[in-house]
Parts: sequence; C-alpha cells; structure tokens
Amino acid sequence: MPDPTNSQPPTAGFWRAVSAIAWKDLAAELRNKEIVSALFIFSLLVILIFNFALELDKVARENVAAGVLWVTFVFSATLGLNRTFAAEKDRGSLDGLLLAPIHRSALYFGKLLSTFVFILIVEIIVIPVFSVLYNISLFSPPFLLVVLLGTLGYAMVGTLLAAMAIHTRAREVMLPILLFPVAVPVVMAAVRASAGILAGAEWGRFAGAFNLVVIYDTIMLAIAIMTFDYLIEE
Amino acid sequence: MQPSRSLRILTISAFLLVLLSLYMVFVYAPREVVMGAVQRVFYYHVAAGWIGALAFLVTLIVSILYLATNNIILDRIAVSSVEIGVVFTSMNIASGSIWARPIWNTWWTWDPRLTTATVMWLLYIAYLMLRQGLEDPERQRRFAAVYGILAFASVPLTFLAIRIWRTIHPVVIGSNDPGAEGQFDMTMRMRSAFFFSLFTFTVLYTTLLWHRVRLEGLACRVAIMKARLLHDR
Repeated sequence: MPDPTNSQPPTAGFWRAVSAIAWKDLAAELRNKEIVSALFIFSLLVILIFNFALELDKVARENVAAGVLWVTFVFSATLGLNRTFAAEKDRGSLDGLLLAPIHRSALYFGKLLSTFVFILIVEIIVIPVFSVLYNISLFSPPFLLVVLLGTLGYAMVGTLLAAMAIHTRAREVMLPILLFPVAVPVVMAAVRASAGILAGAEWGRFAGAFNLVVIYDTIMLAIAIMTFDYLIEE
Repeated sequence: MQPSRSLRILTISAFLLVLLSLYMVFVYAPREVVMGAVQRVFYYHVAAGWIGALAFLVTLIVSILYLATNNIILDRIAVSSVEIGVVFTSMNIASGSIWARPIWNTWWTWDPRLTTATVMWLLYIAYLMLRQGLEDPERQRRFAAVYGILAFASVPLTFLAIRIWRTIHPVVIGSNDPGAEGQFDMTMRMRSAFFFSLFTFTVLYTTLLWHRVRLEGLACRVAIMKARLLHDR
C-alpha cells in the first residue's frame, strides 16, 4: 500500500479513489434525483424568461441562441456547484472524506467528475428542448464538443471555488461573485465558438475562440492541481 | 508606536512628488492641440492603470510565496496591495471615462482594454469580499492566496477572449480603438510629465503599501492585547 499522503499520486489507487468519490455522489443522486431535476426545471425557467425578456422573433432567436444557451448553462451549473459541496458540509460528511486515506487531489477530481456529470446530464436534456423551443438545430458534433469543453472548464474552476465558498458566510451568493469574473474568458470564448458553429461559419472564423476554450481548460486544470491541497488543509 | 524614520522620509517625499507632478501635469506640460485640456487626464490615467497592474502582480507574487512559506507578513502585503490596486484601478476607469466622453463621444465602449480593466476590478473586489466572508484567519489567508493566483491568471485570458470577440464582430458605433480615436504624439515636455507621473505614482504606491502593511501589523497587536486582557480578567 503506497503512502496516501505522498505528493506523487499512485495512479491506480488514485483513480480508484476518484471514481469512488464520484460514484458516491452519482449513486446518491440516482436515488433522489434532487439536483438534476431541480437544475433542469431551473434551466427551463431561465429559457422561458429569456424568451419574454428579449422579445424574440425568428431572426433574433437565431442570433442570440448561443448566448442564451450558455447563460442558462452557467446559471444552472452554479446552482449545481453550490449543492454538491453544501450537501457534504451540512451533513458533516466532508470531514469524513478528509479523514479518508486518499490523496487530496483525488477529492478534487472526484467532486469535479460528479459535478461535471450532473451538469452534462442537464445539458443533454436541455439541448433538445431548447432546439424545439427556439426552432434551431443544435445537434452538430463540433457544437457538442464546444459544450463539453466549455462546461469542463467552468466545472473545473467552479469546483475549486465552491470548495472555498462553502466556508464563507452567505455562501450561496459568494460562489457566483468569486466564479463569474474568473469564468468570463471561457464563457465568452464558448459563446463565440458556439455562435460560429450554429451560424455555419467556416472553421477559421471561430478557431481562435475554440482554441481559447482549450487553453483556458489547460491553465485552470494546472492551477487547480497546484492549489487544491491548500484549500482543504484542515 | 511611531512609524520608522525611513517611512516618515518616504511619506514626505511622496507628498512633495505629488505636488511637483501636479505642477508638471497642469502647468509644465503643454496643452494638446486637438483634444485640449482634457488630454491632461492622460498622465494620471495611465499612471493609475500601471499601479493597478503592479499592485495585483505584487499580490500574485506574495500569494505564491505565502503558500510556500506560511509567513504572515506576506499575506499582509497581499491584502494591502489588493486594496491599493482596487483604488487605483477605480481611478483609472473613472478618469478614462471622463476623457472618453468628449473624445469618443461616449462614457463607455466594450473595448478589450476597458472590459479587461473592469473584469480585473471585479475580480479583486471579489478577493476582498472573500476575505471578509471568512472567519478563521488561517483559512482566510490560505483561500485569499489561492484566489489571488487564480484571479491574476484569468486577466490575460479575459483580454484574449475579448480580442477574439472583437476581431470577429465589426465595431458598431464609430471606431473604439484607442490607437485610432484620440491618438496624439507626445512632445518632450509631455513625455517628461508622463514619466514623472509614473514615477510619482510608484513612490506613492510604495508609501501607501508600507503604511497599510504597518497598520495591519498594529491591528494584529491590538487584537492580541485585547485577547490577553480578556483572558487575565
């Protein structure tokens, strides 16, 4: 048995710990479907509000579709991020996780994985509904790839900051305040790339935006790995 | 507890430098032909922006060092530098708006530089709010250091994101490129007023930082004395 506190993660045990943590969250969610159903209804409401707030006719709908969709994702993902950590803290199970003899960053990746899956499930349901309501076809592989990578970047920063926000007073408000300014680049680039794909523009027109999403994901992953240990050093 | 001799000398010199730079900006530098008096905003506008960037860079460096060494002084420098940086960034944004109204004919455009400055300002306001929201002082220092690193990393990415946005989108109202609208060539006197302002603001930043870090230390001493007094009773 390798030393769990060693800074070099023993790979096999490390990924087992990651999947165990993620699976714990997913199993709990499978039983009560609390988070996913709440996020889905919330997303529908956001789409509905946008539809009336923006007075959308056919042309306007096509122009703003990417922006509305991403704002919907960002809002519901923020709610989801708040939930996953709040549930751990309120039931006192975070302390239990910290006592487990696993590498600290396994906790980060486990939480990231479960949050990412929650958000993805919601997106998978929202995208067809949005297609119908806005009368626009969203099913194209490059578009789905942008959604996947953009969501990953948002979830990576979000998981890191949710672990911080959970300890603050007024934590539900604190998470978006901390997260939105940091997430500005990935959201802007993802909207840009999605809009380009949906408008049927050639690759060169949105390649920069797509690359920026990938760069953002990489940089934030590096920062998360380097700093997460300091966030849960209790 | 009196401030040290070198801090007093620095404070007085900063004060004198500010007076001198005011003279340089308003009297010594010539009036710009096209824009007129409003161009004089430029000297302090750029200097304030420079101090904002410098202050946040200092925060990044001391935050990394804090995580590595756990030295409390470094955390005091980090929070002090953010506070000063936020004030100077606000000055930078406000003075820019004042200049933009007559020159660009608008208070605001979503130009890459303007937007990046605003997002940066929001990031460091969030930094200060995060600190306020945390009660345990040790955790406050650690979390703030992590956020200080994350915030600084996202600033250049924001600039890139807006650049991409803009190069695809045509500019809607007029040209909002600062190089295109409201450009001017500096004369020798303008240049010396400009560099003098930069120098003055840097000295001012150092002075304020020193005072602020010292204040943080004094507050800590007061807290310890208070705790001891309550304990003895």
